Amino acid sequence: MKFVGFLLMLAGWFLVLAALEMLSAPTPRALFVLAGFAVEVLGLVLVFRANLAQPEVEP
Amino acid sequence: MAQPSPWISELTTAICLISILLVPLAVAGLALINNGLGKSRSAAHAMLASLCVVAVAATVYGAIGFSWEGFAGRPTHVVNIGGKPWDWIAQQPFFLRGLELNGSPASLSVVLQMFAVGIAAMIPLSAASDRWRLGAICASTAVLAGWTYPLFAHWVWGGGWLAQLGTVYGLGNGFLDTGGAGTIQVVGGLTALSMVWILGPRHGKYSSDGMPVGIPGHNLVNVVFGCLLAWAGWLGLNSAGAILFGDAPPSGLIVVEINTTFCAAASALVAVGVTRLRFGRPDASISANGWIGGLVASSAATAMLRPSVAIMVGLITGALVALSVEWLELWLHVDDPGGAVSSHAVAGLWGLFAAGIFSGLGSRGAAPGQWLAQLVGIATLIGFVLPLTYALNWLLGRITPHRVDSDGERQGMDLHELGAGAYPEFMVHSDDFIQR
Repeated sequence: MKFVGFLLMLAGWFLVLAALEMLSAPTPRALFVLAGFAVEVLGLVLVFRANLAQPEVEP
Repeated sequence: MAQPSPWISELTTAICLISILLVPLAVAGLALINNGLGKSRSAAHAMLASLCVVAVAATVYGAIGFSWEGFAGRPTHVVNIGGKPWDWIAQQPFFLRGLELNGSPASLSVVLQMFAVGIAAMIPLSAASDRWRLGAICASTAVLAGWTYPLFAHWVWGGGWLAQLGTVYGLGNGFLDTGGAGTIQVVGGLTALSMVWILGPRHGKYSSDGMPVGIPGHNLVNVVFGCLLAWAGWLGLNSAGAILFGDAPPSGLIVVEINTTFCAAASALVAVGVTRLRFGRPDASISANGWIGGLVASSAATAMLRPSVAIMVGLITGALVALSVEWLELWLHVDDPGGAVSSHAVAGLWGLFAAGIFSGLGSRGAAPGQWLAQLVGIATLIGFVLPLTYALNWLLGRITPHRVDSDGERQGMDLHELGAGAYPEFMVHSDDFIQR
């Protein structure tokens, strides 16, 4: 899950870059950037969930 | 961001140099905060680690880092994508060769950033204290100062693609970050988050049902004194950044000092109020984090905000920091003894976004598309810098383990790694050595 989360973060960033490169009209470009950012946030949530501490095992 | 001229007046150079010489006070302040918020049995280790971090960061940045970062107007590697230039990394010789150290903006930038990269590298130290080995700390700092920091700093301050978002894509004035809210603070804060994830929580921090156990800092006097030292350092950092990366004249520094102070003050007061409401009494450590968060948020575009707006940015920062410290610890199990993720990453990201909405010179508002330029920069920090810094530190951990063994953690970093405690005349509580 952690690996998928980081992949989603990278994928979101590439969406943001693609929006800059492929779209010139302000509104679609802004929406595309926001969509990329949302994908990054989803990845961040996944990584946080994957890193929730496990209860310590008493020796 | 504006392209700096190759030369500035002697008066501006002198003021910039004086401002830069204040920046080590911020490093000293952060070192005291790290020390105070950690355990007493790791206090000497925290201070020695701070010294090592500053030494490694300055040396590696000067030797290697500046080669990747460069300065606007100096040689860079540019890739053309779709007919548009993508300036992604500088092309400078190692060890500052070819750079005239004569008071030019490029040379002043090197001096500023030899100190600033120390600030960035101190931030993970705060989050990972009481369990991070000294050798691994130095290795991780070398990676940060030699690669991660310079790469992003080139994009923002070295004339890279984020700085050119305005000229190439028509997004405002490009990504604004004159004082390093993103370049220094968020990069450091995200590295801190990575280290917390890699290291895991301190032994005994979470009970078997997942509830966090309070492990209070051992010296709040150091923490608050560190905040006051950091204030002086930040005034210098924001002033020097405004001159070098915001093209501000010396007269423009008045608003920098006012806004920096307003933002920190408002943020700290809100943190005091929020903790008073949440816990019945003000919490000194979270309030200190609020102060630092306010300083961090002010760094994004302090020269371009009206004072009333700086207060508003500070008010929101204080609430964000105070609430996120608790939220991260309680719900996301982020064991961050120094509150570094909240006060540097969260506050820095908010400061960057606020700069996109509120920045403007005089009565003018923000340039069209400025908010989108800031969002692209924020997306780059979360979508590229965070995975990069996590991956690099994870790989480093395969070579040299980051975490001290459990016996060493129980014993304390001072005795385990240094062989002596910071306070030898103090009584050591016997339960410190009882295995839980």
